Amino acid sequence: MSERVPILKIGDVLLVSIQIDLEDQMVMDLQEDLSQRIVDTGARGVVIDISALEIVDSFVGRMLASIAAISRVLGAETVVVGMRPAVAMTLVELGLSLGGVRTALNLEQGIGELRRSRRNGSVPR
Amino acid sequence: MHESPITGNGDVVKARQAVRVLAQEARLSLVDQTKLVTAASELARNTLSYGGGGTMRASIVTRGTSTGVKVVFSDQGPGIPDLDLALTDGWSSGRGMGLGLSGARRLADEFTLDSAPGKGTTVSVLKWAR
Ligand SMILES: Nc1ncnc2c1ncn2[C@@H]1O[C@H](COP(=O)(O)OP(=O)(O)OP(=O)(O)O)[C@@H](O)[C@H]1O
Ligand SMILES: [Mg+2]
Repeated sequence: MSERVPILKIGDVLLVSIQIDLEDQMVMDLQEDLSQRIVDTGARGVVIDISALEIVDSFVGRMLASIAAISRVLGAETVVVGMRPAVAMTLVELGLSLGGVRTALNLEQGIGELRRSRRNGSVPR
Repeated sequence: MHESPITGNGDVVKARQAVRVLAQEARLSLVDQTKLVTAASELARNTLSYGGGGTMRASIVTRGTSTGVKVVFSDQGPGIPDLDLALTDGWSSGRGMGLGLSGARRLADEFTLDSAPGKGTTVSVLKWAR
């Protein structure tokens, strides 16, 4: 079995910190694990920290977009934090806009972003 | 010259790492390294999923006073029947986003695509240090 990305629970937020260059299988496992954890824990928010990622290609980009979409359906809001500037520039040139994905500069702002959207009740349950 | 097989999932990760090392050696800027590695990642995955596996060859090249990194992917797979279509943003014969080939072309300074049905596919990307 391949290695899996750890998912931490902090209050009602799930935190995923991607620390290594992911094989495609790990990316798909993460999507599945995270969906299951949202349901199991009733989490209302997901923060994905990609500050350690040196590249985001179309495969990982698609995973981020689908995690955001799946978690929204399951009642949790996703914020992707820590994207490196070089990664952002490359993603845009690649043609990936990550339209449906909320982003924040760092973990702190990401959590703040989730709190704000909670207050505004953007994810009714 | 670095040559490695692209026959399994782990090889896509290895390909990215090998290209990164060469890009640093050739003194590409951080942004250009990122662009080249991302392009290589897209092409490696195509080699694997559509070409049925193949080979990556990466090397540092010089032209005049310029130094760059060239990465070539080749496979003996089914080939691409319509190159223009395959290079269209958003077109995928599978469930992809259809951004790999067109995106790699944008990210590279030089791009070649040589493919025909039954002949396999060879794609190259080159990025110059500036
Ligand atoms: N090495 C190859 N051999 C055969 N066909 C290929 C090869 N590389 C690309 N193709 C064809 O070209 C199409 C476009 O490739 P491209 O990488 O742009 O998109 P994708 O792989 O389908 O999606 P994405 O890369 O965005 O996940 C593919 O769907 C496939 O039909
Ligand atoms: Mg592709």
